[in-house]
Amino acid sequence: MTVPVLSTSDVVVEYRGRPPLRAVDGVSLAIGAGEVVALVGESGCGKSSLARAVIGIEKRASGSVRFGTSDVPVLGIRRRPHELTGMQMVFQDPNSSLNPRRRVGDQIGDGVSAALARGEAGSDPAEWLERVGLDPGAARSYPHEFSGGQKQRIAIARALAARPAMLVADEPISALDASTQTSVAALMRALCLDAGAGMLFISHDLSVVRRIADRTLVMYRGRIVESGHTETIWQDPIHPYTQALLAAIPVPDGAGRLPITPQDADRLTWTEAIPEALERTAP
Amino acid sequence: MTLPTVTTDEVDPTKLRWRRPRLRLGRWSAPLGIAGAAVALIWVLVAILAPLIEPHDPLAQNLPILQAPGHGTLMGTDELGRDVFSRVLSGASVTIPLSLLLVVMSVLIGAVLGAIAGFIGRWVDELIMRITDLVMAFPTVILAMVIAAALGASLFNAVLAALIVSWPSYARLTRGLVLGLRQSNYVVSGQLLGFSALKSLWRDIAPNILGPILVLASLDIGTAILLLSGLSFLGLGAKPPTAEWGSMVSDAVQNFDSWWLGLFPGLAILTVVVAFNFIGDALRDALDPKSNTLRGGGLTL
Repeated sequence: MTVPVLSTSDVVVEYRGRPPLRAVDGVSLAIGAGEVVALVGESGCGKSSLARAVIGIEKRASGSVRFGTSDVPVLGIRRRPHELTGMQMVFQDPNSSLNPRRRVGDQIGDGVSAALARGEAGSDPAEWLERVGLDPGAARSYPHEFSGGQKQRIAIARALAARPAMLVADEPISALDASTQTSVAALMRALCLDAGAGMLFISHDLSVVRRIADRTLVMYRGRIVESGHTETIWQDPIHPYTQALLAAIPVPDGAGRLPITPQDADRLTWTEAIPEALERTAP
Repeated sequence: MTLPTVTTDEVDPTKLRWRRPRLRLGRWSAPLGIAGAAVALIWVLVAILAPLIEPHDPLAQNLPILQAPGHGTLMGTDELGRDVFSRVLSGASVTIPLSLLLVVMSVLIGAVLGAIAGFIGRWVDELIMRITDLVMAFPTVILAMVIAAALGASLFNAVLAALIVSWPSYARLTRGLVLGLRQSNYVVSGQLLGFSALKSLWRDIAPNILGPILVLASLDIGTAILLLSGLSFLGLGAKPPTAEWGSMVSDAVQNFDSWWLGLFPGLAILTVVVAFNFIGDALRDALDPKSNTLRGGGLTL
């Protein structure tokens, strides 16, 4: 991997309180062009906080995030500089991702304008609708005329129309039903690879992650506990937390076995750092 | 007893404003709204066409004084021999446009300042909200009276005084609505696409908060008319020769036996205020059929 599109070093996110809650505790990662990296972990482990800190929605307590050669500032009142519109985000809730009062074609058009402003090639919103599997004639419709899965596709189209080099997807499929989850995830991978963009894909659905991610990061209590090639981790998890996560996936083998429920005692072993579980490349 | 931890920053205009007694119209809301719109439309037409449809010059003192209705005049004459009917019609063209102007200006000033406070936050928000607190800490009518009296009696000053007391409620409402949408995914998405603050406000926020602001504005037209006529009634608004409903009622107090002097301008105020309030109530119910307040309806429009 040459210069990564996105890199973070020791990102810390804290929420005010007594004591302050450290949601992300020193995470460093790097994502290259055309690489799909999954971030998995249980609810509340800091996945979304990390994603929001990476793109600059959430304030970082310390650490840095670099997109290409520029630092990523926290989103404020000032307009984002053009070079940073090369980083886009898809949110978890498709219903709140789109402006209910604007036609979807216009909203995808905002993405196109962002690409143009950065000196990239323009495109036609209708074309994007087609690319995400929707009727190109739907550009004149309003968001409420679409289902959740369709709205998520529109949000993806808007993000990709900006021709990003990095797409951050914060649980983009968890609000969708099972049948659309896989197809939307596969679509996102295909479109990102097509555009040569990197993607940070956050999910708690390991079976989907296995299908689309080149690399996987496993997060527990604000820390990356295991990382490396998806298949390596899948076949041979080293960290006890990863093992527990994988064991919790139901297996449709007809034997009627229930997935293993983690015990409280297990949690104590999950926080330990295992250096050899990180940066795993070879199977 | 512990109070609920609802701060004044919550989006609930009924809590932010001194409440006016509100009718629960229920299923009559829509028909009454239409009736109100019809009456209001008639009054607006009267306001526009007043000079053409007045049977007499509203300022000319050439009729017998204090004549009861019926003797050649529809609503009698006043103590200076002016036709009351013509003056009531003429009063519409004074009060209605000024009240509409007042509400439009309050909405503009309040919405702009509220949007700035809600979007920028920090000390700008603090400053603007403390100013609104300051104004809202005083009873509306009394503060308007004090300001109008300090500025000197004229219609322009009455409108200015009314403006000063009425913009804060719009600022607070708008601020709350902007604050609610500020962190929403689509506003953030817009910012990630390089929207400036102005573009975010205009494209993503404004269309989604317009509904509740318009409802509050329509409910406020009646209040504005009452406030302006009230100031004129107290001699702080329109100057004597002007045919203004409030000052006509005020003049009528001196000739209490001539009931027609006060009744007709009073009825004019009543009908126009009720008409605009019915429109506002119907609009509110139409935008938020589930509850009797604006709460909740605003953010999901």
